[in-house]
Amino acid sequence: MINKIVQSVAEAMAGIRDGSVVLIGGFGSIGQPNALIDGLIEQGAKDLTVVSNNSGVGHLGLAKLLETGHVRKIVCSFPRTADPVVFEKLWREDRIELEVVPQGTMAERMRAAGAGIPAFYTPTAVGTKLAEGKEEREIRGRKYILEEALHGDVALVEAWQADRWGNLTYISSARNFNPVMATAATLTIAQTQHIVDLGALDPEKIATPGIFVNRVVHVPYGEPTVT
Amino acid sequence: MNAAEQVLAGCKPMTRREIAARLAGDIPEGWYVNLGIGAPLQVADYVPEQREVVFQSENGILGMGPAPEPDKINRWLINAGKQYITLRTGGSYMHHADSFGLIRGGHLDLCVLGAFQVAENGDIANWATSNDTAPAVGGAMDLAAGTPRLWVLMEHTTKTGESRLVRRCGYPLTAIGVVKRIYTNLAVIDVTDDGFVVREMVPGLTLDALQRVTDAPLKKAA
Repeated sequence: MINKIVQSVAEAMAGIRDGSVVLIGGFGSIGQPNALIDGLIEQGAKDLTVVSNNSGVGHLGLAKLLETGHVRKIVCSFPRTADPVVFEKLWREDRIELEVVPQGTMAERMRAAGAGIPAFYTPTAVGTKLAEGKEEREIRGRKYILEEALHGDVALVEAWQADRWGNLTYISSARNFNPVMATAATLTIAQTQHIVDLGALDPEKIATPGIFVNRVVHVPYGEPTVT
Repeated sequence: MNAAEQVLAGCKPMTRREIAARLAGDIPEGWYVNLGIGAPLQVADYVPEQREVVFQSENGILGMGPAPEPDKINRWLINAGKQYITLRTGGSYMHHADSFGLIRGGHLDLCVLGAFQVAENGDIANWATSNDTAPAVGGAMDLAAGTPRLWVLMEHTTKTGESRLVRRCGYPLTAIGVVKRIYTNLAVIDVTDDGFVVREMVPGLTLDALQRVTDAPLKKAA
């Protein structure tokens, strides 16, 4: 019997190593798996590279992971939110490395990683600072740059519903990066609001098929309070 | 008075909301449109509901509707500016790779962005002005490079009177040669192979006066 459900966040985070590349879902705080991030802090892996769209709000979730000194480098598109206090301070003090990536390039680099595509050409960022050092090529009269796949050792995602096979659904705009990150990591860990019996999810509504998910932990926390 | 102040004294510049309303009037029914965060988002307020224009939000929403009533907020539903929104009847959700796939694949009819500067060759600079804060690009480069029709909504000059319509951008570029039209508080200007072409000016403004506050040469539409 396949059963990917684990009984605690601590169990879900077992084995994450220092120096890992960790993909963290969410757009702002929506769809950001805060219980798993707290579990990662507790678990203690250091020197992490985090890939996430933003850089944390206030002192919660991703911001707390940065503040507690677990992150060496962050790869993101928009390291700014309503309240980016923690990241701004680390960045000004030169205590964190930042790689800014256009949001669509970031998503596509992970999609490529999940789909076995090592690199792709895109017109996004051609002629800008973010194209510096990248291979440029003209195809049918238009310029493109080469972007490489972005693979994670670990992906932390937030789902709405899950079953023991790791099939996942999402809610509203909390879907965002979660499905694409789930495909792009060696170890994908999902926290979910609801656990349901195998067969209870409508196959037409499963957004992440269980093949992409390794561990599921039940975290029924209610609603997000900040965006 | 600087040149900008003199020019503005002779006419009635539009407010941000008036620019948004003016731009909204040029969006026909049936278009799929992405509005950048900040002032461009206000454009949606001026497209009447019966004119079916479908707004996309980069975080996986097609068919974005207006802000919810305070007692009907879905706390899982935000736009690119991280404000609570609603989903219109007929709307749909998708994940980020699909959302940016539709942007980068050229499926939108229009993207409206704010900008610090637009150059006469269509270059746009809208994501960084200095090294004081960490650079943050978001989806701007994907939208600018991927959407076949990019319009910019911005003030004609900076607070200190410098032209935002320039020969070449001084700030870091977002994309090269992509802007098709600019809506400012003073005029509507097309970006053509021959540079800036003025289509429309606010009442009381002359082309000479507009040229005085514009760094790059202006032509009058034929």
